[in-house]
Amino acid sequence: MTRLNLAAAALALGLTAGAASAETVRIGMAPEPYPPFASVDAAGTWTGWEIDLMWALCKAAELECEITPIAWDGLIPALEAGQIDAIMNSMSINEERQKVIDFSDKYYNTPAVIVAAKGAEITPDPEGLSGKIVGVQVSTIHQTYAEKHFGGTAAEIKVYQTQDEANQDLVAGRIDATQADSIAMDAFLTSAEGTACCELKGAVADDPAVLGLGVGVGLRKGDEALKEKFNKAIAAVRADGTYDKITANYFSSSIYGE
Amino acid sequence: MMRALMQPHRIVMLAVAIGLVLWIVFGGNWSWLPKYAPMIVQGVWRTIWLLALSILIGFALAVPLGLAQASGPRVLALPARAFCTVIRGTPLLLQIWLLYYGLGSLFPGIPWIRESDLWPILRQAWPYALLALSLSYAGYEGEVMRGAFASVPRGQIEAARAMGMPRWKIFSRISLPLALQSVLPTLGGEAVLQLKATPLVATITVIEIYAVSSRVRQDTLITYEPLFLVAAIYLVLAALIVLAFRKMEGRQPRRTA
Repeated sequence: MTRLNLAAAALALGLTAGAASAETVRIGMAPEPYPPFASVDAAGTWTGWEIDLMWALCKAAELECEITPIAWDGLIPALEAGQIDAIMNSMSINEERQKVIDFSDKYYNTPAVIVAAKGAEITPDPEGLSGKIVGVQVSTIHQTYAEKHFGGTAAEIKVYQTQDEANQDLVAGRIDATQADSIAMDAFLTSAEGTACCELKGAVADDPAVLGLGVGVGLRKGDEALKEKFNKAIAAVRADGTYDKITANYFSSSIYGE
Repeated sequence: MMRALMQPHRIVMLAVAIGLVLWIVFGGNWSWLPKYAPMIVQGVWRTIWLLALSILIGFALAVPLGLAQASGPRVLALPARAFCTVIRGTPLLLQIWLLYYGLGSLFPGIPWIRESDLWPILRQAWPYALLALSLSYAGYEGEVMRGAFASVPRGQIEAARAMGMPRWKIFSRISLPLALQSVLPTLGGEAVLQLKATPLVATITVIEIYAVSSRVRQDTLITYEPLFLVAAIYLVLAALIVLAFRKMEGRQPRRTA
């Protein structure tokens, strides 16, 4: 009996030792395309700025990482349920989310903008959107912001599962404007469809309580070890130039947002 | 009845069921309920009218579809059969998306539609949801009605003809009542299926009860309680449909000449 226990203990020891040297961190990513940050092609290959950064961070933190695709609105439940260990999916750090999960330091921060049809008389403020239909992606800071600031004057805040669908409906004229992240909208506005129909109407007024403190890695509450590793890795890639090198592949200017 | 219910395994199962419900009700986090109550009521109402209207429109289409296939000339029977086959052979979700993102996004390209008084309605999502649900119901029920009309005994119709009844009267007095009588239980089941097809319209921004529950889930990050609530609501709606159809079946007049 004792020997059996010993064997079990040795086995457990061996396992923990093995886990420590090659700790696999499952990173939750939504398969909904969000170029140029993250998108997955038909063959299952992930590409984008955020994907490149993720591999760089994992390398800097000496973590064994793997991508676990989970739908956007299932990411936080999956993190809580232990199906994934971290979320790296352009998730903004804000109060609501901080009640449920922890975040690393921010790794990028871009303004929120309003995009509307060419020539439409729309400005990115409550008066300019009065009587208009504004489309936003569900569970985003943009939804919260639009409902808080434009909810009173706009005709309707329409909520979409993906930003792609909101863009489709903007092209189709079913919504008058959409609010989203400036860089995500940049990709749309430079596409053939976007160039033809729409234009940037400007950034919305800042509201840190809603728009948050930038984008960070979402982590389980109390997972201090992993948080520490990611924070150190973010600082490391910022310091050694890896961050800027990756950014240069996708954007014309820094997106860190000092 | 009572004695059958009182068997030991039944009592245990009943206790487990009641315990489960109590556990959900008292153990769950329902603090969000007051805040979302108006949205929930609105969502339930939207589900109900979408269901009722799509069944009415769908059934109104299904009768001619069934009749055309069962006893119509080939020119009518073939398109009717093609319609039913296509509708029944493709996923409803696909039909909804094709109508909303396909047909719906063609309209704004046509200036006179965009400038017409209909545009404020056509730019919304519910007309496409209602259309897709109605067409789907018509497709399935068209097939059911084909069988129903085909099963009306020929002797009945021949007798009516022999008595000099006009065609329309044969249809309204003989074929339709007999056909309806034979398929009423099927129609009840299909209505319940139709109820459970309605959440698909949430994908095109129609905020019915399922969409409300995902909204609550996404806002509050509470996962299970909203889902339990919608499950309970669908259960009640399905029970109401079943009861309504049972009543109709019981009330069916058996005319004897």
